[in-house]
Amino acid sequence: MTQAVPPILSVTPSRALVDEKFQVLVENLPPGCPVTLCSLHRSEDKDDWEAYGHYVSDHRGVVSVSEDLSFGGTYTGKEPMGLLWSMRPVPGSRKGLRLRKINVCTPMLVNISVHSGHEGFRDRTPLASALAERWYMAPGVKRIDINKQGVQGTLYIPPGPGPFPALLDMWGGGAGLLEYRSALLASRGYVSFSLDYLWSEYLSADVEFKYFETAFNIIRNHSQVIPDRVGILGSSLGSMVAFDLTAYSTIIKPRCIVCISSNHYHPPGTTLKAGFKILSKHFHKAHFDENNHMSWRSFALDLIADPSNNVEVGRINCPMLLVNGCDDQNWPTVETAEEVARLLREGGKEHLLSRLAYPGAGHLIEPPFSPHFRATKFIILNSKEKVILLWGGHTKAHSDAQEDSWRKILSFLQLHLYHSPSVKANL
Amino acid sequence: MDRKQCCVKLSVQPSRGLMDEKFIVLVQNALPGSQLTIRALHQCEDGHSWEAFGHYTADTTGTINLSEDPSIRGTYSGVEQMGLLWSLRPIPGSKPGLRMRKKNIQTPMEVTISVYQGHQTEGFADLVPLSGVVVERWYMAPGVRGFQLQKVDSPQPFFLPLGPGPFPGLLDLYGLGGQLVEYRAALLASHGFASMAIDYVNSKFTIETGKMVDSQYFETAYRVLQQHPQVCKSRIAMIGFSFGTSITLKMAIYSEIIKLSAAVCISGSHVQPVDGSVEEILRFSYKNAGKTRFSEKDEKIWRDQLLPIPTDPSLKADVGRLQCPLLLLVGEDDQSCPAQESALDIKEMMAQAGNSHLLTVLSYPNAGHLIEPPYTPHTRSSNFRTTGMPEKVMYLWGGQTVEHSRAQEDAWKKILVFLRENLYGGRNPTLFSHL
Repeated sequence: MTQAVPPILSVTPSRALVDEKFQVLVENLPPGCPVTLCSLHRSEDKDDWEAYGHYVSDHRGVVSVSEDLSFGGTYTGKEPMGLLWSMRPVPGSRKGLRLRKINVCTPMLVNISVHSGHEGFRDRTPLASALAERWYMAPGVKRIDINKQGVQGTLYIPPGPGPFPALLDMWGGGAGLLEYRSALLASRGYVSFSLDYLWSEYLSADVEFKYFETAFNIIRNHSQVIPDRVGILGSSLGSMVAFDLTAYSTIIKPRCIVCISSNHYHPPGTTLKAGFKILSKHFHKAHFDENNHMSWRSFALDLIADPSNNVEVGRINCPMLLVNGCDDQNWPTVETAEEVARLLREGGKEHLLSRLAYPGAGHLIEPPFSPHFRATKFIILNSKEKVILLWGGHTKAHSDAQEDSWRKILSFLQLHLYHSPSVKANL
Repeated sequence: MDRKQCCVKLSVQPSRGLMDEKFIVLVQNALPGSQLTIRALHQCEDGHSWEAFGHYTADTTGTINLSEDPSIRGTYSGVEQMGLLWSLRPIPGSKPGLRMRKKNIQTPMEVTISVYQGHQTEGFADLVPLSGVVVERWYMAPGVRGFQLQKVDSPQPFFLPLGPGPFPGLLDLYGLGGQLVEYRAALLASHGFASMAIDYVNSKFTIETGKMVDSQYFETAYRVLQQHPQVCKSRIAMIGFSFGTSITLKMAIYSEIIKLSAAVCISGSHVQPVDGSVEEILRFSYKNAGKTRFSEKDEKIWRDQLLPIPTDPSLKADVGRLQCPLLLLVGEDDQSCPAQESALDIKEMMAQAGNSHLLTVLSYPNAGHLIEPPYTPHTRSSNFRTTGMPEKVMYLWGGQTVEHSRAQEDAWKKILVFLRENLYGGRNPTLFSHL
């Protein structure tokens, strides 16, 4: 009796950084054989995430995810990385989940398997499996906890002698300290400081502002950092802090800034918490979609219509890259970017600005191949109330935006922080 | 430090790879036309440092890409994408006769790759590089499980790929050098073969009696492998290196129990007493110890011990009786074993017997005895203690580094294709995209 030999499934490279592509190949199948390729990941919160695509092998018995079309599943068409970016919680999971790695010293493990047939593939044992490791940290990257001069956060340092250009990295509200973007930036050659800034009450806006200036200086004065090559990267609320610091600080001068999901709403003299309180007074005007997901976009648009509520971005004198999604349902980020452009134009400084606005992308623009979250649970800081916030975006368009924007962000940073920037600051 | 060169960017992709995967080393943002040295440094498990380097000139965009640009000189020259690994040699001042072999394959080989200003040839430890990265090279793919399979005599390392299986099985036999080597078995498991590394040199029996184990030892290993629920009973191959070849041929031809789907023999010979025990086969080659020569550096040359290839059929494994495909790998500069002469004789014997369609011979000019997985350093001679001998002596293995390294790369590719064809069904002999 001869046993059947299984097909051969390979993922190359099997160990990669999260922003690197892989090739998934199945060989030794019968020709013209319908199969389903499936990815499975168990998150740190113990939720299961999956993606799958239906394929048919060619006459050589091969399925190549890079070359072949998926006929259906969580993604369709020619999508080499579809098994990652189209992941969503398995049926029956809790609602409003978001996938974000907290411990970046270990890789994200993704199990890739091939099953026979299309319908009901889950009921069958896989024919073959492979394990892919997706890393936020390249070998040799160092992680250092920072608690200095009242500033808290985590610093990531690239391998090598240094010194390096550096970044102050700030996320938005609604989560604890997230380090994965800084780990990835360090893996790409930047000292990156993921700043913890939403955890305490500040006595005044001035004290809070000093916190950010001190954080920036801690980076600038670090022995592994080139002092005049420090930039700021902020997303959502973090982008507001980036605008604020760059527009008003007299003691720090970022070499460039990147604002993802741009937000310049900051009523003068308010701390972030106070500003948020003002914002929450408008929640009754929030629009709820057919799934009862809350969108802030429309009332926020009214708020930012009054320029006295906003950071005077016209004061900014360094190159800026704004990355936004046109389907952002949380904040009018594209309109914000247009306003920034208008104000800079008035000051004859439009050459400093580069704008990327992605059709179909939402608010949560993450590193490439991360799953898309159209709406997730969010805890309102003041009330501890849980809602499901609508971020927006349509998965395929949003994922393309994540991939393209990351490449553009890295090339923007390389131009301004590694090379000597030329007069024309546009990409 | 030259300010203009302070932001040179060095990247290696992938930064974590399998031992047989290629990588791309890229330097960017250097001063156009500047002279730079790219160097690899590795500290192996026994504490010795190994290095390799190449001298380059940045192009007009300030870029150097090792897969496209030539090294002008160094431990390698020309366009050599993987030169930083295969040309690694002990740093100046190291003791002679070193060989790099990884024992702990659960951890990666770590290599620091750095770029230096100018064309440097020595004193790297005192120089500050412009940039540096760390690269990991793994013998085990993620998901491959390594554990001990219980056997009659002693537990054997076994590597199982991830997945339900069943997988074709492999018995992996190294040569007579002192300790068990698992890395090839681990790497083969990373390519879909359930691989058992057979330690026949350090078996309890050998340690207690000073004698070699007999056929039953290998037949039991075969049975244990077959019986594993995730191994395909009818698709088992054997891969033997050096003395391991003699055992592989003996089992493939004469064993009633072992039925191989394929056999791979590297740097070995078929000259052995027909149907002799393993002990007798070993004693046979030692019998001609008087034929040992010495090089001008006083390195032992063993190759003549089995020469001339006998015409007496009772002194050669009867390859005419082989019933499975055989892949023979030969280094033409093998100074330890007359692998080339043996291969020619095997070819003739099989032609006469009418089973030469089973034979493939890969013969590499200027390659030596130690044909290992690709991108590992070439060892032309090293300190070696063989079974039964009390002391370590310098042995000449042979080979010229560049040709030997090319041979290792090509041999590995062909071994994988051969095993895939014969054990997985052979419908689809595609080359691996990452080799």
